[in-house]
Amino acid sequence: MQFLTLVFALLLMSSMVYRLGARQALRLGGTAKGALHSLPSYYGYYVALWCGVPALILAAGWMIFSPMILKSIVLDSLPPDALSLPAARLSLLMNEVSQMAANGDYRYASDDVARAAAERYHGLRTISFAAMTVAALSTALLGAWWGLRRVSPRLRARNAVEGMVTLFLIASSTVAIFTTIGIVLSLLFESLRFFAKVPITDFLFGLHWSPQTAIRSDQVGSSGAFGAVPLFTGTLLISVIAMIVAVPVGLLSAIYMAEYAHPKFRAVAKPLLEVLAGIPTVVYGFFAVLTVAPALRGLGASVGFNISAESALSTGIVMGVMIIPLISSLSDDVISAVPDALRHGSYGLGATHSETIRQVVLPAALPGIVGGVLLAVSRAIGETMIVVMAAGLSAHLTANPFQSVTTVTVQIVTLMVGDQEFDSPKTLSAFALGLVLFCVTLALNVVALNVVRKFREKYD
Amino acid sequence: MTELGMTQSTQPKIGVGSDAEKRLKARYRAEKRFRAYGLFSIGIALFFLAVLLTSIVSRGWSAFTMSYIQLPVTFDAETIDPDGTREHSALSTADYRGVISAALEKKFPEIADDRTARRDAQKMISQGAELELRKMVLANPNLIGTSADLWLPASSSVDQVVKGNAAHDESSGLSDGALAKLDQMVRSGALKRRFNTYLFTNGDSRQPELAGLLGAVVGSFYSLAITLILSFPLGVAAAIYLEEFASKNRWTDLIEVNINNLAAVPSIVFGLLALEIFLNVMGLPRSTPLVGGLALTLVSLPTIIISARVALKAVPPWIREAAQGLGASRQQMVMHHVLPLAMPGILTGTIIAMARAIGESAPLLMIGMVAFVVDTPATPLDPSTALPVQVYLWAASSERAFVERTSAAIIVLLVFLAVMNATAIYLRKKFERRW
Repeated sequence: MQFLTLVFALLLMSSMVYRLGARQALRLGGTAKGALHSLPSYYGYYVALWCGVPALILAAGWMIFSPMILKSIVLDSLPPDALSLPAARLSLLMNEVSQMAANGDYRYASDDVARAAAERYHGLRTISFAAMTVAALSTALLGAWWGLRRVSPRLRARNAVEGMVTLFLIASSTVAIFTTIGIVLSLLFESLRFFAKVPITDFLFGLHWSPQTAIRSDQVGSSGAFGAVPLFTGTLLISVIAMIVAVPVGLLSAIYMAEYAHPKFRAVAKPLLEVLAGIPTVVYGFFAVLTVAPALRGLGASVGFNISAESALSTGIVMGVMIIPLISSLSDDVISAVPDALRHGSYGLGATHSETIRQVVLPAALPGIVGGVLLAVSRAIGETMIVVMAAGLSAHLTANPFQSVTTVTVQIVTLMVGDQEFDSPKTLSAFALGLVLFCVTLALNVVALNVVRKFREKYD
Repeated sequence: MTELGMTQSTQPKIGVGSDAEKRLKARYRAEKRFRAYGLFSIGIALFFLAVLLTSIVSRGWSAFTMSYIQLPVTFDAETIDPDGTREHSALSTADYRGVISAALEKKFPEIADDRTARRDAQKMISQGAELELRKMVLANPNLIGTSADLWLPASSSVDQVVKGNAAHDESSGLSDGALAKLDQMVRSGALKRRFNTYLFTNGDSRQPELAGLLGAVVGSFYSLAITLILSFPLGVAAAIYLEEFASKNRWTDLIEVNINNLAAVPSIVFGLLALEIFLNVMGLPRSTPLVGGLALTLVSLPTIIISARVALKAVPPWIREAAQGLGASRQQMVMHHVLPLAMPGILTGTIIAMARAIGESAPLLMIGMVAFVVDTPATPLDPSTALPVQVYLWAASSERAFVERTSAAIIVLLVFLAVMNATAIYLRKKFERRW
């Protein structure tokens, strides 16, 4: 909050300095045509940038690096018997200390050492923040002074300002790259730590998954509790069921929308279908648990099947419903993109409308449709909330849709919600699962996007 | 088609009852069938939509009212403030349970000597009633010594029986005596259903009748505000660069492929990234809307970039040529002409991305926004939940009364989504320009 106030103050300063800069330029150059290199406002922006940017960079850097430095100072000042604690206990203590220091509330300190450290940390933080405020504000003043001094009629203010703007634009566009790098690095880093404890072959090919039992360290690996195959098959089973629901329904809807529907019908039905896509997945999860699963269970009981309350079938059906609009809108696009010349040719040879669609339009649109289906598969594999709420927790290696199975995403959520210990294979295995998930969906996406792009290029 | 040719060459006769006509009829039937399949598929999808919405609304609408019981409450000075100090600390820790118990005995004199009956009767009143009395006394200590007929919130067991969600028997958690009293009160008009203000003014609670959405709504609001503040400028800047300034080369190709892929990466992976970078590396506080907003920024950025690029692309090239012809620099052309013209489209895309972000819960689970939080977060740095996560939490609760609360929370969430999407559609309709 205090930091926001500082940022706000800096922004306010910049906007005031903007006026000074513009006025200074007019005073030096006069209003005659061609007297100034740039419009007066650019001189204003120029000074404002000098005032705001260095100060903001300083403040941001300070905020990022000061906690680490302060923490190490506090850590060094701990009494020796606290420092000799095992690493896990020590990090727990430091967590408590930083928690208390952040709240400024020491009532619940576990012991005097923690309380003293927290008070020290809190004091250091206050000093550090005061120092940062002074440093940032004086940098801003210094920057404004320097900027104003540089203002002269011949200064190429517009070019300088535009250079900064371009820099910002380029930096923004690289955020996507950094996100990808961040995903890969963080998943890889934790996964490697996991694979140091559990062999990668055990993880990828093991048939038994029960991370909760692997609490004692001597149990890990030898018991093979981290075999992820049941999770992969569970994910696959639910995704297949979802596709069995979504592909025919989505594709046939798309065909009807694109080829048969009256524009008025289309104007109503298409947005309604898209409502299905806009409903949050947590709502679908609730729907699966509360409506679909009991209904299927009753249906199964009436014909003598025993359907589990968390069956893969109910989860898959609801996920399929969620995916219908994705498939139908992608297929609708590609079907509409097939050139009319192909259709007219087919009609000319005497084919009916449906024969044209089945034998001319669909083969022509096939690559695009396949791409859409692949995207849908990747969506089904990565879908989290529906399965977390509606699918089971225990890993069964089965292909029976009436049984409960668990999936990769369910396990990630179960492992990460609650206490996390970043040195136990239990928590780290979530990152390994995340890595597998990321690789699989990435591969599907790359293939799908390429297929769709090739298709577009063919008919555009 | 080859089929057709064959038929004609081998069967030159064309007329009623010929093979050709039969075949033609079969083909027309196939045509009709095919059409019906399509219509049927749309029907299935819409059927599911209808079932989903009706099942949620029919379960949830009753949560917008709750039962209140009228009790003759006496603010007895002996019970509330035996020392007569009228001090804040004494009044806020006073025995309001005793006050309610006395009121119940006054209303049902037969429970005075029967401990079981008294306990059963107390189960009909919510704990919120005590808080309500405390609030009244703290606001106006002069109430002490007076008495009044007050409407106090009933417990969730009573509420569920009144609404018909629970059976009128032991399974509701109420004893036969309590159920009889309940019927008597309904007949005498001492039990009424009123609008449920707790749902909108309280945070989460273990007591279903006291649990509200305020904390979650505020948490969602903070997260979304941070997401918007970060992802809108970043997304638009990235789109402007890629669409207006970047030359086509390997680097920009890489960025483009990256953005398209990120748009399809499962959101839970973004959650793992946020956990690792923002919590473990940067040490930001867990469970807070700040980190939630940062995670949602990563999720929604690709969508915003893609839609902003489409909007920029839709601005015709002659606008650019005209601006440059009048001496504008490339940046002046973009900032003064192209961007303002593309803004409605960009805003529409942004609102739709925000609507998606508000319903997103998987990344929030990863960064710990699933804690049980009673207080409403005052700043984005306080622990909090979000609206969809609250749905998840309530759905996981075993208490029957939480089923209608969950549905009500979903209704609130869907209303938010509907408003946002309607705004987007309105913007698009109002500012749409055909060049």
